[in-house]
Amino acid sequence: MLGLFGKKEQQSKEVAKERLRLVLMQDRLSLAPHTMEQMKDAVIVAISRFVEIDPHGIELSWKDSERKRALVASIPVISVKRGASRDD
Amino acid sequence: MSEALVITSGKGGVGKTTTCANLGVALASLGHKVVLVDADIGLRNLDVVMGLENRIVYDLVDVVEGFCRLRQALVKDKRLEGLYLLPAAQTKDKTAVTPEQMRNLINELKEGHDYVLVDCPAGIEQGFRNAVAGADKAIIVTTPEMSAVRDADRIIGLLEASGFDRPKLIINRIKPKMVARGDMMDIDEIIDLLAIDLIGVVPDDEYIVVSTNRGEPAVLANSSKAGEAFRNIARRIRGETVPFMDLTESETFWERIKKFIKL
Repeated sequence: MLGLFGKKEQQSKEVAKERLRLVLMQDRLSLAPHTMEQMKDAVIVAISRFVEIDPHGIELSWKDSERKRALVASIPVISVKRGASRDD
Repeated sequence: MSEALVITSGKGGVGKTTTCANLGVALASLGHKVVLVDADIGLRNLDVVMGLENRIVYDLVDVVEGFCRLRQALVKDKRLEGLYLLPAAQTKDKTAVTPEQMRNLINELKEGHDYVLVDCPAGIEQGFRNAVAGADKAIIVTTPEMSAVRDADRIIGLLEASGFDRPKLIINRIKPKMVARGDMMDIDEIIDLLAIDLIGVVPDDEYIVVSTNRGEPAVLANSSKAGEAFRNIARRIRGETVPFMDLTESETFWERIKKFIKL
């Protein structure tokens, strides 16, 4: 709708659509806390094959940018395992 | 071949019970044997929407607990041949039955009826799990509001996770005037967001309040727009192809003048 002085205001349904798009994206991607824990454990197992890590220092979180959601992991590495690179 | 459909939504107050009642009446008037199951234990309402509240003797929990036989608990609708209601218990809560018991009950009901329509409670807890147990298909009701659409999306996810193949969507209480002026999301936009098949669109209709006051589902009144929409949905459930109602509303002369002045 156009305001009295011709300044264009965004239609409220456009606002709703945009907000919903973001909220649905977040809802669909969010995991239950225990699923996050399971994923963390799986990550520890996978990475520990190659490097020695501090399992207590791992942090997994979501990072939202405007249209995408990223899984960000911070994993403290203690040392690189000898022979890890020779596996393949 | 009989079919059990669950009418669900996530959010409360979007019209699940009204939808269930109207679809039941519409299917029965098409000659089908229909039973409506109120799965909202503790907060039953399908009985009042149907106008059958004074005829309840036993309820769903009585059947499950073995206090009566299934047939004794079914309330027969006097207006239409082949239409029955299995009321929910009002003094118990959702934990009074298990999904397994519901599954058995629905299967038993399918034996004598063409359609079993289950009115699901709001929420995603045990009441929801009970209501969807035993259903072959799911119909999701939403309104064009953000909170209802968001909850519908959650429900779609939960239904798909529990093995439901392509749930269908009813968009209830569309206000064509608000859509026309861009203050309400339209049908295509909602479908696009939810990525789901549409089975019906029901316009906002004051007559629904009147029909609930009287306990006479809107489908019984020929003049009701919402009633007409529900009759169309019932035919689509049967597998007929029925075109969607045209709900676009052209602006009135006065509205056009107002718009012109603001330009």
